[in-house]
Amino acid sequence: MILQALAFYVFAAITVASAAMVVTSRNPVYSVLFLILAFFNAAALFLLIGAEFIAMILVIVYVGAVAVLFLFVVMMLDINLTELREGFLEYFPVGALIGAVLFAELLLGVGIIGSGSTTVAALNAHGPHVAAIDNTRAIGRVLYTQYFYLFQVAGLVLLVAMIGAIVLTLRSRPGVRRQRAGEQINRTKEQAISVVKVPTRGGV
Amino acid sequence: MASLDRTARAFLLSELVAGFVLTLKYMFKPKVTVNYPYEKGPLSPRFRGEHALRRYPNGEERCIACKLCEAICPAQAITIEAEPRDDGSRRTTRYDIDMTKCIYCGFCQEACPVDAIVEGPNFEFSTETREELMYNKDKLLANGDRWESLIAANLHSDAAYR
Amino acid sequence: MFADIHTFFTTNWLGIAILILLQCLAVTVPLLLAVAYMTYADRKIWASIQLRRGPNVVGPFGLLQPMADGLKLVLKETIIPSSANGILFVIAPMIAFMTALVAWAVVPFDNGWVIADINVGILYLFAISSLGVYGIIIAGWASNSKYAFLGALRSAAQMVSYEVSIGFVLVTVLLCVGSLNLSKVVLAQSGWFWNWFWLPLLPMFVIFFISALAETNRTPFDLPMSEAELVAGFHTEYSAMTFGLFFLGEYANMILLSALGAVLFLGGWHSPIPYAPFTLVPGVIWFALKIAFLLFIFSWTKGTLPRYRYDQLMRLGWKVFLPVSLAWVVLTAAVLQFGGWLPKP
Repeated sequence: MILQALAFYVFAAITVASAAMVVTSRNPVYSVLFLILAFFNAAALFLLIGAEFIAMILVIVYVGAVAVLFLFVVMMLDINLTELREGFLEYFPVGALIGAVLFAELLLGVGIIGSGSTTVAALNAHGPHVAAIDNTRAIGRVLYTQYFYLFQVAGLVLLVAMIGAIVLTLRSRPGVRRQRAGEQINRTKEQAISVVKVPTRGGV
Repeated sequence: MASLDRTARAFLLSELVAGFVLTLKYMFKPKVTVNYPYEKGPLSPRFRGEHALRRYPNGEERCIACKLCEAICPAQAITIEAEPRDDGSRRTTRYDIDMTKCIYCGFCQEACPVDAIVEGPNFEFSTETREELMYNKDKLLANGDRWESLIAANLHSDAAYR
Repeated sequence: MFADIHTFFTTNWLGIAILILLQCLAVTVPLLLAVAYMTYADRKIWASIQLRRGPNVVGPFGLLQPMADGLKLVLKETIIPSSANGILFVIAPMIAFMTALVAWAVVPFDNGWVIADINVGILYLFAISSLGVYGIIIAGWASNSKYAFLGALRSAAQMVSYEVSIGFVLVTVLLCVGSLNLSKVVLAQSGWFWNWFWLPLLPMFVIFFISALAETNRTPFDLPMSEAELVAGFHTEYSAMTFGLFFLGEYANMILLSALGAVLFLGGWHSPIPYAPFTLVPGVIWFALKIAFLLFIFSWTKGTLPRYRYDQLMRLGWKVFLPVSLAWVVLTAAVLQFGGWLPKP
């Protein structure tokens, strides 16, 4: 038990520290790398409370895919840090406001769950008991029954976002020659080659 | 029908499979490479390798310091100095070949009236320093003594065509 | 006496720690040996495809060649370019190598022979293999060299693309098994060799293998290190053991994906014919043979196919494999549901 508590504090401390580094580090590439570290330690924290499915999904989706794209973009940008710093004070009030609102909501959420009618136990009562079956199965059971419509709506939202991204970036450029692999493969010998009898001194 | 055939072939990866079968067949064919340091390929008697200065069978050096090789060398790799020897015969006091300049064209051995300078069959004379490739007369004569039997055999077998 | 030892290793925390350490060694030491001899086998196979002899000077049949190569890499000087980012430059090869080793924790070598028999084994493997890209991308950026950077970008895009189709391949297997535990995946394939998933899911097996080639940056998808264009890709600036770690990591990754292929499609530790004398052979040996078979195909591919062009690679990943594997997931689910073959929970 002591070992678990120790592990929790180590992971939690690294998560918070690296989250702080994400905001404060001067190099944006370092920021993304610290963000990855934060994701990773968050996954470890999930593992500690026995939510191995969530932990793995967090690593696969956020660390394995999203953060790679972040890193990709940030590495390719040639960011001038001094220019970025200039607007800092200008945007600070808005940023601070959003941060404060988010923090308040978080506190509110924790307060609601921790008190009164909707306790953790009450939330548990809706779904299957987590300890009895492994949590992949538990998530599957509620996701495809109780929360089926919400799940579908989430999927729809993602679909719309994807289509939106494609529509925004797709532009048809005239005069671009693209490879058509199918046509190339389907070309027969007759279409590609013509045997010509060349007369002497006549040319083709 | 033909298009159906092509589609079926494309989906069954027939071209890939054919390529793989071919390479698998090649895996079991005998190797074509020579196991070099232990086996060597055949060399022509005209092969132009490392230079050597030859001697007559009685031990007298062949070179008479005519400097034809020095004159004809297109890379100007040969340097010769000559003086009469005590017995009055004309001999080289210095015969240097800069092997880093040499282009192995074989003009020197063509020019030589007494078959003294020849390019022998040795091609394994790499060195670890550049200085070792500045051959002097002693080195060239030593080469001649070392490779004489092979050089003589090569010259003999090629003599009919010269 | 024996009981004492047993209780020490199962209850005392020091005993448990020592046991875990020994288990890790028991996996990593043969793995590293396998990596070393995989390089040798690779070179021998390419050589014989090209009618050459391959390494045959160091030791009998050149068998000590990997040791000589390793010794050379260890003894050489590690050069860190002055314009490189020192810390990240050194960390990158470590990440590449570690992710290739860490994943072996959940691979079942035989019934019950697994370091951590966790419920989400497949997801763990998938997660760890998706981390391998960081070693490469950090290396490319930290080198501060255009070749390394271009190689890293290509590699990152390639690995992310092909991970998607590997993910769908994993999903089809999961549908057939009903569990994310790798041991259960193997147990679901017991019986004759046509019961293994390679036959019922043949197109998925092919897609898995090709994606595995792309995932490990092997020919015909070795664009990240295509020497004709990018010198050596992301490890252009690396020398000595920092390069060695990339090299070992690459081969360890190949062995890992072959092991994953053996577990998912070739019945893991099961013998192909479920009767004696085949069942008397230990499962580990069958597993190793299956991995060796897949690795042979890896080398064979490298000896056979030319390199893809980058846009062709992306086209294959996104426009061919992704729709096909997605369709196959739906098809498998439908067949299982309406054919009444759904695995019992």
